[in-house]
Amino acid sequence: MLAKPLSSTLLFATLAVAACSSAPTGEINDPYEAANRRVHAFNKGLDSNVVKPLTSVGGDDDKGGESAMTVVGNVGSNLALPGKTLNGLLQGRPGRAAQNAGRFIVNTTLGLGGIHDPAGQEFGLTEVDTDFGETLHVWGVPEGAYVELPVIGPSTQRDAVGRVVDLVIDPVYNVLGEPDVYYAFGLRVGSKAGDRARFGDTVDSILHESADSYAQTRLLYLQHRRYELGMEGEAYDPYEDPYNE
Amino acid sequence: MTPMKTLTMNSSRRGFLGFLGAGAALVALPVMPAWALNTDQARALVQQSLNEVYAVINSGKAPAQMYKEFEAIFARYADVDVIARSALGPTARQVSAQQFAAYKQAFQGYIGRKYGARFREFIGSQIEVTGARPMKSFFVVTSIAKLNGRAPMTVEWHVSDKSGQSKYFNIIIEGVNMLASERAEIAAMLAANKGDMGALTAALQRAG
Repeated sequence: MLAKPLSSTLLFATLAVAACSSAPTGEINDPYEAANRRVHAFNKGLDSNVVKPLTSVGGDDDKGGESAMTVVGNVGSNLALPGKTLNGLLQGRPGRAAQNAGRFIVNTTLGLGGIHDPAGQEFGLTEVDTDFGETLHVWGVPEGAYVELPVIGPSTQRDAVGRVVDLVIDPVYNVLGEPDVYYAFGLRVGSKAGDRARFGDTVDSILHESADSYAQTRLLYLQHRRYELGMEGEAYDPYEDPYNE
Repeated sequence: MTPMKTLTMNSSRRGFLGFLGAGAALVALPVMPAWALNTDQARALVQQSLNEVYAVINSGKAPAQMYKEFEAIFARYADVDVIARSALGPTARQVSAQQFAAYKQAFQGYIGRKYGARFREFIGSQIEVTGARPMKSFFVVTSIAKLNGRAPMTVEWHVSDKSGQSKYFNIIIEGVNMLASERAEIAAMLAANKGDMGALTAALQRAG
């Protein structure tokens, strides 16, 4: 993977970018809307022409397809645990890091490489989801502008940086040599494709049935992400302010 | 929905998509007689509403019939007026009472179909009411939704008696709030119809 000096250069360069723009909580900061909308149109086309046909192979009745998808999903998410452990440590949250590490150890061994989930089912070691975007948030880096990334989808400047850094610092990718590193990456991507299949109706309703799928995607992403990071604004009271002005 | 034997979906996986479906059946929103709310009552109201929603989901009726029942429950028990008004935004001030009434009627049918269409995700699921607390002028009731193959999701219900009856006016699923989402959607539909209220109402009658 990328060499260490490059990774730190990348990190600091992007921190500087992210620091430039910040929005008050609850608001949408989207100065690149025109460009983002073009990327969104591309992503939407990709979804209807490639991703959706591929991931909807074998519907609900196809138990074989579903099981294969589940294996890929479980193994892929197991491989994500070392990276989440590392981020937990970087955030100064050793408890969460230990939980992810314990989960990885149990599921990799007893769970046969993450195919099964004895950690969650028998030891109460559920996954604590995190990423480098959250680490940046914990470190005080502002959210930055909303960006829609090609293929990957909705993000913010801070989260986009986080994604790049996550690839660079991921212990799994750093430990594995070729070609295993590509298999590991493939499993992680496959795990995401499985999500597309499982949540197909949801994706369809947002991407292909809403009046402005760009605006819906942006809103849902930002609200959910801010919720995950504990940076939500005040609750909205329509009786005080019916028109949200 | 699939009874898993040796192979189980790793249910603690979380993802952007995981929470998105949860709005579905939750919008059919029962209500209790008018009274000054307290936390116990707000909590009981959500519990009762969930029981009624699940009764429809588990009734095994035809989807079209279910959507009508979801709409009826929504119309009876949610504060459709404040939800529809807030979704329309400042435009609501400029339209006539008749225009607003027609829009509101179309809006409630659209909500019943749009969210009702997701009922399958709730078959075999469970939503547990976990607590209630006052916030501003209303009450927040918290619940945990356990849907098949997904990590448990936090669902917040905002309940108010400001309309003269105790009713829900917003549902927040893992941070995503229904009012904000519908506001964006209605704004887009209104823009697509060049600000024409009649055309927006007609579009809502077809949508969902």
